[in-house]
Amino acid sequence: MAAKPARKPVRKFVSADPEKCVGCAVCEYICSLEKEKVFNPTKSRIRVVRLHPLINLSVTCRLCEEAPCVAACPRDALEQSNETGVIMIDEEKCNGCGWCIEACDYGAMTLHPETRVVFTCDLCEGEPKCVEWCPEEALDFTTKDLLAQKARVAVVKKLFQEAMKTVPG
Amino acid sequence: MSYAKRILHVDLATGKTEIEPLKDEMAKKYIGGIGLGIRLLLDNSKPGTDPFNPANPLIFITGPLSGTMAPTAGNSYAVVSKSPESGGVGEAKAHGFFGAEIKRAGYDAFIFKGKAEKPVYVWVDDDSVQLMDAKPLLGKSPEETEATIREELGDHYIRVAAIGPAGEKLVRIACIINDSTRAAGRTGLGAVMGSKNLKAVAVRGTKDVTVAKLDEFREFVKMLHERMKGPATRKYRTLGTPENVLVLNSLGVLPTRNFTNATFEGAEKVSGEYLNERFVAKIIGCSSCAMRCEHIAVVPEGPYKGTTTRMEYETLWALGINCGIDRLDAIIKAMGACNYYGMDGISAGVIVGFAMDCYEHGILTKKDTDGLDLRFGNHEALLETLKKMGTREGFGDILAEGAKRAAEKIGKGAEKYANHIKGVEMTGYDIRGLKTAALGYAVSFRGADHNRHGAYAPDVKGSVNRFKAEKGRGKLVREIEDLYTIIDSLIVCKFTRGVYYDTYKDLAQYYTLATGIEITPEELQVTGERINNLARLFNVREGLSRKDDHMPAKVMNTPIPDEGVSKGSYVSQKELDLLLDDYYEVRGWTKDGIPTIEKTNGVGLNDLVYIVKPKIEKPKK
Repeated sequence: MAAKPARKPVRKFVSADPEKCVGCAVCEYICSLEKEKVFNPTKSRIRVVRLHPLINLSVTCRLCEEAPCVAACPRDALEQSNETGVIMIDEEKCNGCGWCIEACDYGAMTLHPETRVVFTCDLCEGEPKCVEWCPEEALDFTTKDLLAQKARVAVVKKLFQEAMKTVPG
Repeated sequence: MSYAKRILHVDLATGKTEIEPLKDEMAKKYIGGIGLGIRLLLDNSKPGTDPFNPANPLIFITGPLSGTMAPTAGNSYAVVSKSPESGGVGEAKAHGFFGAEIKRAGYDAFIFKGKAEKPVYVWVDDDSVQLMDAKPLLGKSPEETEATIREELGDHYIRVAAIGPAGEKLVRIACIINDSTRAAGRTGLGAVMGSKNLKAVAVRGTKDVTVAKLDEFREFVKMLHERMKGPATRKYRTLGTPENVLVLNSLGVLPTRNFTNATFEGAEKVSGEYLNERFVAKIIGCSSCAMRCEHIAVVPEGPYKGTTTRMEYETLWALGINCGIDRLDAIIKAMGACNYYGMDGISAGVIVGFAMDCYEHGILTKKDTDGLDLRFGNHEALLETLKKMGTREGFGDILAEGAKRAAEKIGKGAEKYANHIKGVEMTGYDIRGLKTAALGYAVSFRGADHNRHGAYAPDVKGSVNRFKAEKGRGKLVREIEDLYTIIDSLIVCKFTRGVYYDTYKDLAQYYTLATGIEITPEELQVTGERINNLARLFNVREGLSRKDDHMPAKVMNTPIPDEGVSKGSYVSQKELDLLLDDYYEVRGWTKDGIPTIEKTNGVGLNDLVYIVKPKIEKPKK
């Protein structure tokens, strides 16, 4: 039997549920603690945006396909891991020019306040601390497929609200 | 370690700044928050200074845990000054995001002195401190001020604490609001800020905050996170503090229509249950917190449609039940108005309730109220009055002085209806039927308040006979006060007080892990006692004594009239005297409520004996 073409690795990333996120910034604190051994949101790989008491969301790297940050780097300092999709930064090559920051639509690339090179979420070697610590369980370590599935289940539950009440269990 | 070890002095008249180092022994002795704040207030002011005199310092101070990921304590700050309401200690705490930013900018505290020649805001950008023109900000609400400053300075993450129009006009119940919805609310500190021509303080801090024992601290925080998801915080995570409405109503201690009644026929319509069902759109959290409690209410329809604000029991009570108003949409609107003008919603509601009571008794007429029909229950009149108070327009100018001073100005016996202690308006517990709480309120060093002592707890839980004044209540109040003072010096949110299962033991460990300064639970407890004595000493220095540990006239003269368990209850002079004698005795104070020389020395305040000496040695007539 002919071998199947290699399946593209499943890329998991950190996603915040806008319904659940309350803007508490615990994710920022645990991130800067995990990565830099200090408490400092400006060194966090995930940032909270509160536009209004009712509008809160944590934002971090989405592991885009064909990541624009990588394409934008004129010094080839960024590379996307084939396996995990994580953006890897060569700190020797990066000179803090900020093209990648401009290229990212989500503000996930940040200039480090001290080293002046960029940094972004590296998924804590597959066990993101922000997800573990999020008190609202608003953060998910998930894939885009799973997010779509979740949305589908949610919408069907909503459409069948009455029927759901009679479903046993 | 988690102290920045730097205190920033800003002279608003000259723009000059100075850094004072914070020494370890000072830090350990007073912890931070209100403890260290009151010490700095005492050291940086002369006796008898008018609260609006430029020489009265306005202190913004963090706690030792601010800037770390300590839940609730990581995000807080306290404001301390001489209160324009009481003439004694003024202090209030606020959470949100602002406090952490002060620490990250590299400071434990800001001390503002002097008065700026023109309206300014102070812009602290790490080590850079500038006075900025605030003229374009005048008349703006704190929320608008925050947005404008962020726009002007071009950074969304700048944190701002600001006053509104009320603070600018020296309304004595003005507050300071940070992060749109969080207020250092009580004791009129926004008016002190206004008297300095200081519209706002904007901070950006980018420095690291560290703790002494990182791994252990992290484990400790993890444990607190777990506890915070448990029963100790259930109330705050679910219905929130408005749960109190029906509880207090059933106990017959829900002060209604300016303490005319103690049960409210409209309680169901303003209950926490109804609020959550109809109005709460989302419950959000402060920076670093592992629970969320901030119930954001939105009015869905009607004349006040779209009003969005945080709701808590105390302000709901003051602006609603205390004014006889049973419409939540109007109460939410009134809360929004208080936030807009920058007024303490508790005091504002109590003042309007007072004015309504005067109106009902013919002490005020339409001639006095600019034509407003100030009957209890008139929500439109409430909103008009708040606007007038917030801007000192017409009749509002008198009310803006607070219930006590307004009653003095109105005369004609209005004092009987002014519900305040030490000039600070009452809060939402009818202490006629909660006699441990009554003592706590009377002796609270910041005036009428439930949060200085939490002494309603034994009454409400039934661990004591709440209708009886008896010996032993002094000890109860003293113990809770000492703990609460530590809580307010660490600036831990009181909503989480239940998660420190071993109280002083847990808190001492927490403190040491963060600061590296060793402290035992016993030492921490004595520190609580020290800070309570310190606050009392400040008040004694400013001329306060036993005569100021009083009750509102209604509490002492009008028994609860409502049918039910609390009927007939009130606090007589004899009972108050018994409670005060008992409390002073367990505190080691004289009959006049002055800390003795032995007690002052005993809690390590030897250098302040000069305050009590002349008062104690004065021969009694």
